[in-house]
Amino acid sequence: MMIEKRSPVKTVLLYIVLALLTVITLLPLLWMVSASFKLSSEVFSFPIKWIPETWHWENYVKIWQKINLATYTMNSFKLSIIITLIQLLTSSFAAYGFSKCRFPGRNVLFLAYVATIAIPWQVYMLPQYVMMQKMHLIDTHISIILLQSFTAFGVFLLRQFYITIPDELLEAARIDGLSEYGTFARIVLPLTKPAMATLTIMSFVTVWNDYMGPMIYFNSDRLKTIQLGIQLFVGQYSAEYGLIMATSVMAIIPVLVVFLAFQRFFVEGIASSGLKG
Amino acid sequence: MAQKKGSLKLRQSLIGYSFIAPNFLGFAIFILFPVIFTIILSVMNWDGFNAMTFAGFANFRAIFRDRVFKSAFWLTLLYVVFTVALTLLASLALACVLNRKIKGRDVFRSAIFFPYVASMIAIGAVWKQLFESNYGPINMALRAIGISNPPGWFASTDWAIWGVIVVAIWKFMGYYMLIYLAGLQDIPVQLYEAATLDGATGWQKFRKITLPMLTPSTFFVFMMLTINSFKSFDLIYALTMGGPGTSTTLLANYIYNQTFVYWDYGKSAAASIILFIIVLGVTIVQFRGEKKFTDYL
Repeated sequence: MMIEKRSPVKTVLLYIVLALLTVITLLPLLWMVSASFKLSSEVFSFPIKWIPETWHWENYVKIWQKINLATYTMNSFKLSIIITLIQLLTSSFAAYGFSKCRFPGRNVLFLAYVATIAIPWQVYMLPQYVMMQKMHLIDTHISIILLQSFTAFGVFLLRQFYITIPDELLEAARIDGLSEYGTFARIVLPLTKPAMATLTIMSFVTVWNDYMGPMIYFNSDRLKTIQLGIQLFVGQYSAEYGLIMATSVMAIIPVLVVFLAFQRFFVEGIASSGLKG
Repeated sequence: MAQKKGSLKLRQSLIGYSFIAPNFLGFAIFILFPVIFTIILSVMNWDGFNAMTFAGFANFRAIFRDRVFKSAFWLTLLYVVFTVALTLLASLALACVLNRKIKGRDVFRSAIFFPYVASMIAIGAVWKQLFESNYGPINMALRAIGISNPPGWFASTDWAIWGVIVVAIWKFMGYYMLIYLAGLQDIPVQLYEAATLDGATGWQKFRKITLPMLTPSTFFVFMMLTINSFKSFDLIYALTMGGPGTSTTLLANYIYNQTFVYWDYGKSAAASIILFIIVLGVTIVQFRGEKKFTDYL
């Protein structure tokens, strides 16, 4: 959207609404941060004390000692980065095929992709598990990498962005002698940086926050991820909520860094050159 | 001549296949094949260990007789309608506002996105306390503005589902805002400049430029929201475990229970097929709509 002159009253109102919304959205985060400095026995007491009576900084030391949080963090990074890279590479390729190439069976194949999005994962989790068992991949990182790298989601997302690129632009590139692969790499990829940034953020967050997948496939402690680590504080009879919240707060930081780094691609005007102009 | 044309077509097709091949291979083996296996399971009796036997439509008849399935079906519809409509509006409005050059934009964007990245265990604990009926801050605030008898939220069979919907909107609006933000970057600035020269107001520009140009994004957001809401599982698992009673047991929770509590794969697969058919129906209607819109662009 372009820069418009607005009245100062409107601007102030806008900021008030935004600030209010931000506070409401962040209230649960504040609660988490505050709870992360409390003893587990204090976490659920009423009335809520937003500022802890005594600050239990040791919660943030304990979480590294009580469980192998360093290993879990490394594993979470490893899985999130590898899966995100494979997704970006193969999804962008496939999305170009589905939006800009013509071949028999294209629509049927695409419908198959979209249709699988509609099936809850809980449903085909079992056939997948049996398959991984036959391949002897249970209790390896490879199992989750193989299962989560080829989702239909990435292809579908990028396709939605590629179809907004006018065919005339690609036609011009082909006439100038670029091959289909060259057109993809030199025209389509640079024009869809915001879409790639979106997929990067979403894929990273999904893998980072996944709980069910690692829970089913990783038994060895050295393979576990942060989300499994958080669950370790939930005991059979009680849960150490102070430590759960401290670990949860720690687990959010990397994702927010990724988000901040990539949301910079959503800057107005990037696409204004060369498109539909 | 005709032969030459034919070989050109073949070449084009091969190039097309080469683009989708790397992804499709992985997709076919690790996702499509297990999904097809599930469809087969829906007409079978299987508990995961003993041999499968053919069940015909018995699984489907069994779930249609199941009162919990029926209640899950209607609850899911209610949940989907409200979550999709409100999240879509919220994410679109947020994206438009946070696409402007305003101070602290990055902070606002991150704040709105944060709920999506917080771990489910933490979220479940936080919201249960915020919605607590006697001393929770939400009901305290409601009483402060004069509502003497505020809802019991997660303790009440009538209100629990609405609590879940509120948390769902809070959690997902930032995620879909992101898709809209990316979509907004695709709109050429020249269109707005031309409209301004013609004297268009802000609202007219939004209706005649922003909305139509965002159609592919809206299509994607609507579809993913619908599908994800139909599949919604984690959130309810963390907040209410489907209770009190079955008042927040949605289809995905029903499927999960059939699989992991009752070990009845046939019934769980049959329920998933029903879910699948509903979502596929919505998808096809949507695709028709998209075609019309992109032709018009």
